[in-house]
Amino acid sequence: MFLIEKAFVGSRRYWAWLGVLALFMFAALLDWIHEQQVGLAITGLSRDLPWGLYIGQFVFFVGVGASALVVVLPYYLHDWKAYAKITMLGEILGMVGVFMAMLFIFVSMGQPMRLINVLRYPHPNSLIFWDLLTLSGYVTLNAVIIARLLIAEREQSAPPRWTKLLILLSLPWAVGIHTVTAFLLCGLVARPYWMTALLAPRFLASAFTAGSALLVLILLLLKRLKLFDAGGEAIRKLTVTATYCLVVHIFFSLVEMFSTFYGGIPREVEHIDYLYGGLSGGSPITPWMWLSGALALAALLVLIVPALRVRPQLLLVACASAFISVWIDKGFGLVIGGYEPSPLGAVTSYVPTLPEWTVVAGIWALGAFLITVLYKIVLSVRQEAES
Amino acid sequence: MKITRKEFLELSGLSILGAGALRAVHAVKAAESAHANSLPSDSPKKQMALAIDLRKCRRRPGCNLCSQACHATHNVPHIADPRHEVKWIWNEGFASVFPLEQNGYTRRNYNGSPLPVLCNHCEKPPCVEVCPTGATWKRSEDGVVMMDWHRCIGCKYCITACPYGARSFNFSEPREALQQVNPDFPTRSLGVVEKCNFCAERLAKGEAPACVEACPEKAIVFGDVLDASSDVSKALDASYSIRRKPELGTGPNVFYFL
Repeated sequence: MFLIEKAFVGSRRYWAWLGVLALFMFAALLDWIHEQQVGLAITGLSRDLPWGLYIGQFVFFVGVGASALVVVLPYYLHDWKAYAKITMLGEILGMVGVFMAMLFIFVSMGQPMRLINVLRYPHPNSLIFWDLLTLSGYVTLNAVIIARLLIAEREQSAPPRWTKLLILLSLPWAVGIHTVTAFLLCGLVARPYWMTALLAPRFLASAFTAGSALLVLILLLLKRLKLFDAGGEAIRKLTVTATYCLVVHIFFSLVEMFSTFYGGIPREVEHIDYLYGGLSGGSPITPWMWLSGALALAALLVLIVPALRVRPQLLLVACASAFISVWIDKGFGLVIGGYEPSPLGAVTSYVPTLPEWTVVAGIWALGAFLITVLYKIVLSVRQEAES
Repeated sequence: MKITRKEFLELSGLSILGAGALRAVHAVKAAESAHANSLPSDSPKKQMALAIDLRKCRRRPGCNLCSQACHATHNVPHIADPRHEVKWIWNEGFASVFPLEQNGYTRRNYNGSPLPVLCNHCEKPPCVEVCPTGATWKRSEDGVVMMDWHRCIGCKYCITACPYGARSFNFSEPREALQQVNPDFPTRSLGVVEKCNFCAERLAKGEAPACVEACPEKAIVFGDVLDASSDVSKALDASYSIRRKPELGTGPNVFYFL
């Protein structure tokens, strides 16, 4: 098949890396099969907390998916030349992120083999129906765009006009996937922690923060490995984007806390209270929530001071901090805060189990595998075009 | 490949057209559902409801006969781990069920006495709203919120949407947790959600729900609330009743007399 052959030629390091990732993927597959046989009882999930780490990761990776916008928009709408070489890397990251998100939904289902029922008996009242359509549409859209742009690069010709239209369409679509994901949660009367109109904007702000930070990290890594140099300007611009998004993300979080605490309605306060104070009994997530907050502020400090963020080591630490901060906040806090305490006031103290972590690690490994292979193809095509 | 302003505007125009199309789809959907008479907002011919007289429940501290009868009738697995329990009707503490009905000055503490909770078969059930496959629906003829265990994909969205904690997920093999199987009612498979069905299978035979029949104090009354002459309507006329979280607008159909 076209272009795929580029993925089969690589250095020892390339194959060893893919081998390690394949091991993680294999372990996850075994664990997931086991989970299908004995049931979700082997996870830390429970009656009162039926969605946990899996759905947290789902939300987080829809965000990573949507964040392709931070490079696609400036490049195609504002002609930022500095992004000429990294835009496709961002698009690939976005496509793989959404693909991972869909897998996280799949593994959290009790009867995954019946997934087709969502299409056989479509219920447009359910946001899951829209989520499935928009997410698979986003993956397909980006796959077509990436493939067509790659062919154009290989042939060193201009891509056809319709690719432009698809790219333009992918921008509102990116906002759309995360909005639909927020709507999945923010319309539920049973869960006051999620029932806020600010959820979708918060999702977008945190997504663009984590996504742009992740892209900076990947670009720094590729440079360190001498595989690809994005150029100083691209990284500088992307860092500025990450900084603004982080500021907005922190602002949104504090705004939400203000109305919750100043208003002080018990059923709204108790969820945030559980996350940051553990209510009266203490909760396993409390230290992680405070760590998330501290990392966000640390990242903000470095990123907002130009003299600090130009130093590569500090930039690396700041981007990693911002990424991990959002990952904790969205990947754990969001879901746990929504469920604890339960509608009957019970607290279950969710702790993910080893099989759960193994499945999560496997999907991360699959994501890294796809990114590696696809980036390899892109970089090989470009090398050939240059020589 | 820079996109010119003209191209961008053209595309924006297209999106506005798309939004118009979406409205048309909504209109069609609304017309369709009015026809199918399946949406919660439609008024059913009957609305089954249950009224529980807690004054009678309090006569028997520690009683859970309704729960035992229900769970035996419906092959509800008995799972020891509270995190994975499957429950259709069970007792909860007063303060958990009615957190707003007690204040710092409440002299009488109802916490120790039985307070059965179950699916409220809401007028506007959030679980039905969120189900992506229609595996749970509000039956148009009598307002019972039903479930199809063969269609359920186990996404647990309904559990998340239910403000009453009335739904259970089969985290482990339910058939292994049954000491006795009632051959007249299906057992469930791993990975599906289940809940109280208002004894739809007994209603079909003209019988009262199992919990109503099992109660020695006749504390539970069942019937059609839209029919003024039904037992439940008469009971609701006779005493002041409350419902769980009425402020959420779900319209619960389980009533309590304090």
